[in-house]
Amino acid sequence: MSAPMGEASWNVETSSHLLDTMVFGEELADLAEERDDVVVLTADLMTSNRTDEFWRRHPDRYVNLGIAEQNMMGVAAGLATCGFVPYVSTFASFASLLCAEHLRTDLAYTRLPVRVLAHHAGISMGFYGTSHHAVEDIAVTRSIAHLTVVAPCDAAATRAMLRSTIDQPGPVYVRLGRGRERAVYDELPTFERGRFVRVREGSDVTIIATGIGVRAALDAAAKLASDGIDARVEDAAYLKPFDERSVLAAARETAAVVTVEEHNVIGGLGTAVAEVLARHGVATRLALHGLPDDYALVAPPSHLYRHYGLTADGVAARVREVLG
Amino acid sequence: MTTDAELAQRAQWIRLETIRLVDVAGSGHYASAFSAAELFAVLYYDTLHIRPDEPAWPDRDRFLLGKGHAAIGLYPVLADLGFFPTEWLDDYTRLGSPLGDHPDMTKVPGIDFSSGSIGHNLSVGVGMALGARMQRRDHRTYVMLGDGELHEGQVWEAAMAASHFELGNLVAIVDANGSCLDGPTSEVMGIEPITGRFEAFGWRTVEIDGHDVAAIRAALDALPEPTSITPTCVIARTVKGKGVSFMEDAPEWHLGFLGPADRAAAEQELRADTSPGGGA
Repeated sequence: MSAPMGEASWNVETSSHLLDTMVFGEELADLAEERDDVVVLTADLMTSNRTDEFWRRHPDRYVNLGIAEQNMMGVAAGLATCGFVPYVSTFASFASLLCAEHLRTDLAYTRLPVRVLAHHAGISMGFYGTSHHAVEDIAVTRSIAHLTVVAPCDAAATRAMLRSTIDQPGPVYVRLGRGRERAVYDELPTFERGRFVRVREGSDVTIIATGIGVRAALDAAAKLASDGIDARVEDAAYLKPFDERSVLAAARETAAVVTVEEHNVIGGLGTAVAEVLARHGVATRLALHGLPDDYALVAPPSHLYRHYGLTADGVAARVREVLG
Repeated sequence: MTTDAELAQRAQWIRLETIRLVDVAGSGHYASAFSAAELFAVLYYDTLHIRPDEPAWPDRDRFLLGKGHAAIGLYPVLADLGFFPTEWLDDYTRLGSPLGDHPDMTKVPGIDFSSGSIGHNLSVGVGMALGARMQRRDHRTYVMLGDGELHEGQVWEAAMAASHFELGNLVAIVDANGSCLDGPTSEVMGIEPITGRFEAFGWRTVEIDGHDVAAIRAALDALPEPTSITPTCVIARTVKGKGVSFMEDAPEWHLGFLGPADRAAAEQELRADTSPGGGA
């Protein structure tokens, strides 16, 4: 292994020892020991997304399609019709935008049990720039009928989500980070379809967060506690179906709601929360904390998160602002 | 065995049914179904190993209609074989009908994959053929593409993958009617040489007259074993609108609606040709 790398380091080859939460390849390799219908596909990214472990352990059930993501989606659909549960892995930008029509027409319209592992969502590709950022994927995927959308926020959540969704009917879009998320869960969480996971009780304000926003929200809640603000934190691990009950409870039981997401504030988690509140005629103070409707700057991811406030300090400041 | 004359008659019947269904819908893709009529007839009444009473039979041959807009010519065949009641045809495309212009696998027994966005289905066929290999099944997967469909880049991603994975159990059939919506394919966006291009992508190719049922049957009977390692592309040279003289190679009939007089003339021409021995 090369010299130790700081948090700003990027190169996926040399820093792969830092990819502690990029665990889906390993988890699927374990699952494939238990059942023979699991197959994994990638488009020339087996080292970047660490599915090479699956390839080593189950070469006969691993398909590398080369740099042809749209073809990969179709091949996965064909495999699903044969009774396999295909896991397709690629960058979230390609999974959701390059292959948006394939998600809809080939996977969702057909109700096939393909699982799309859309890793490096949001701006976690850092200085690779807009072509590799995915800040529109929640908007795209949530509007596709019969597509389940989930976003496990750390390694334990990823393992638990893969296991809990393996036999769900229809396709699942799994929104994943870059594999360096700090842990939220000490042990495997229990996911219930369509429900948030409450990771912190609180009575003054509710922070509904997804992805890296969950860890940031928990750390923000700790800071806010020292100011006497008691923040509830919900992990929106399910983005569709959506936990309307918990949204309404947040509005009724706490004084304000703040959503946190690594996504354009248009069409993401915050929009989904606002829709629920509006549809039920529930008035509350609401702040949508996410990325502006613009193309992100380039920088190492951690620098970008600080710049855009997707950090404990950024979230805490937003909560204080909304509470006035 | 079904005779060549019977298969040719079936093709003319497919055209007559297409005219009937366009009438029900008020508009439809006559010409694209007409160019594929003999291919449908030979595939469904001779080649494919299928069980209409068991549409999900795991060892069945798969057929994917990449050019989904020709489904109007396929639905009557599926109904005739018993995949679904023939009465469904009477409500073709009407509110609540399972039968749309493009086929929906979740609604129509016998449809192995939904289509409509052309360029997608050869990839799906690669997945099905790969799945068959992984499960050690020996059926074949057939994918029919239009020649205009070859404009779609994804077709060539799939073609590359098919030879890379050595899928001798995959068969592409190009309904090369030489025409797309805006006119002759050669003028809109040239795709020749189709044969040379598939060969360059590692495929075995056969070029035939796509209206000669004997030639179609011979090509499909001569396919290499599904366990072989080279996918086959059958380039079927066809005429868009085949069978109705005023529709042949007339781009305006890609999508259209026959008035009463034209319809009577078209039906008369097709019926005159359905007597045994009539050339198709």
